Amino acid sequence: MSTDAAGLGRARAVGFVLPALVLIGVFLMFPAVWTIYLGLTDYRLTGLAAAEPRLVGADNYVTALGDGRFRNSLQLTVQYVLGSAIIGQAGLGFALAWIMRDRRGPVRRLVEGLVLLSWILPGSVVAFLWIALLDRDGGTLNALLGTPGAAWLLDHPMLSIIVFNTWRGTAFSMMLYAAALENVPPSHLETARLAGASTFQQLRDVVLPRIKGHVLTNVLLTSLWTFNDFTPFLITAGGPEGRSEILPFYVYSTALRGGQLGFGAAVSFLILLINLVFALAYLRLLRDRREVSG
Amino acid sequence: MNLVGHVLGRLASAAFLAVVAAFFALPMLWLASAPFDAHPSVTVSPPEFTLDNFRAILDNPYALGSIGNSVIQAGGAAVTVVVLAALAAYALSRVRVPGRDALLYVLLLLSSVVTGTAAMVPIFELATRLGLVDTHLGVVLVVSGGLLPAAIFILKDFMDATPTSYEESARVFGASPLQILRHIVVPLVRPGLATVAVWAVASVWGGFLMQYILLRDPGKSPSAVVLYTLYTEGGQPDLALISTFSLLYSLPVVLMYLFVSSRYGFRFHGGIKR
Repeated sequence: MSTDAAGLGRARAVGFVLPALVLIGVFLMFPAVWTIYLGLTDYRLTGLAAAEPRLVGADNYVTALGDGRFRNSLQLTVQYVLGSAIIGQAGLGFALAWIMRDRRGPVRRLVEGLVLLSWILPGSVVAFLWIALLDRDGGTLNALLGTPGAAWLLDHPMLSIIVFNTWRGTAFSMMLYAAALENVPPSHLETARLAGASTFQQLRDVVLPRIKGHVLTNVLLTSLWTFNDFTPFLITAGGPEGRSEILPFYVYSTALRGGQLGFGAAVSFLILLINLVFALAYLRLLRDRREVSG
Repeated sequence: MNLVGHVLGRLASAAFLAVVAAFFALPMLWLASAPFDAHPSVTVSPPEFTLDNFRAILDNPYALGSIGNSVIQAGGAAVTVVVLAALAAYALSRVRVPGRDALLYVLLLLSSVVTGTAAMVPIFELATRLGLVDTHLGVVLVVSGGLLPAAIFILKDFMDATPTSYEESARVFGASPLQILRHIVVPLVRPGLATVAVWAVASVWGGFLMQYILLRDPGKSPSAVVLYTLYTEGGQPDLALISTFSLLYSLPVVLMYLFVSSRYGFRFHGGIKR
């Protein structure tokens, strides 16, 4: 019998790990495999009776790629991730961290406190707040901006959910960059400034090389999280007329609303593959950084 | 030398911060004032102070119950995740198994790949076939399965960092592995357990998709789902009622964060929420 500090032994150790593994296996690994299988069938839910699934090969994928609604949602998803995760959360987060890097005191505490609170509030509450601000009837924003009657949610559904996601997710990026910027020696910035480098040049030549790893990590994580977040559904539900139907909503509406489980599973699998690319890139980055640091 | 430029730069950054602060503050101001306003919505006018909205919440058949449902689901998931992850992390930390680190990495990778969004079809199917639709248990199990890999990962780090000498002496005195875990290891890794518990509670408290898919019965729905149905069901949404409910539903997590940050300091290593 192998010995170790706790006298666990292999057999007992397996017993300790097993409950967690069973849950992970049933509710995480199995769904991943099953979605591959379902995606290859024509499984539908119609009314009360579900027809037996029949294998149809790659039909669902062919259908999806030929479907204008699918391509539209793919395009909107790219817009959404670029706009809210990369420009919105990562961009605004960096700008805030940069501007506040040498500030202390009440202004910094106020801004950080507000941003953090936006991140702590439950997603559906935040969704509701933005509905109330942007809605034609709510119109608080209209009152402030002097744009009476502007129906933000109906006229600019993508912009609305991009603003929403930027609002609720900037905190993570801001804190990450605040920590990253502490690794940039102020003397280097000072030297560059005295040598006549503009702010842009300082950012590009002094700051960026030192925080490259943080930027990549940040962009990968916020993109992955944004891509998999269903919360903006509460705001626009993909409408009006599919003008904000990003991929998660497309799967929900075809598969669970429309009963085309096989087809939805195929699209789910595509989401899974995209997630895999993000996650592998992230792990690769972690490994590289670990090797560099020690 | 470049005083004007410097001053302009300071002014620009101050203006930027003011705009950003307003952007983040505006929705919160609304959340803080609308519940006490007799007629919220149309404009930002001084509120007509009232507590009627809180009385209306008590009369709503689902509002308060849904906060109870959120407590059951978040609490159930937190307990499941903490207990199972602690057991697994302990064993993985103390026993040498070939391929252990690879297994952990694969699990972690998997948990960020197989999200609710990517797996909603099979998870819905699975829950239907196992009879877990419309049960708290279903939500707890599905959500826990997703949270466990990262929880094991975090806790294993904590366990690796604790010395094994206490455990060795406890073993000499005849303590069983479970006793050692409970009386020696758990107290040492308490901050790790707290981190995981808070993270699990916050994830479930704010979660929407899985709860929305798995629960049909409004009597079992958590606040996230009830908030949505309050907004979408029938004609003109009652903004006063919904904002009051939003405030009540937000308070527990906000208080939890304030408590944790005052107790442990708000250490921000990313991923503590999602």
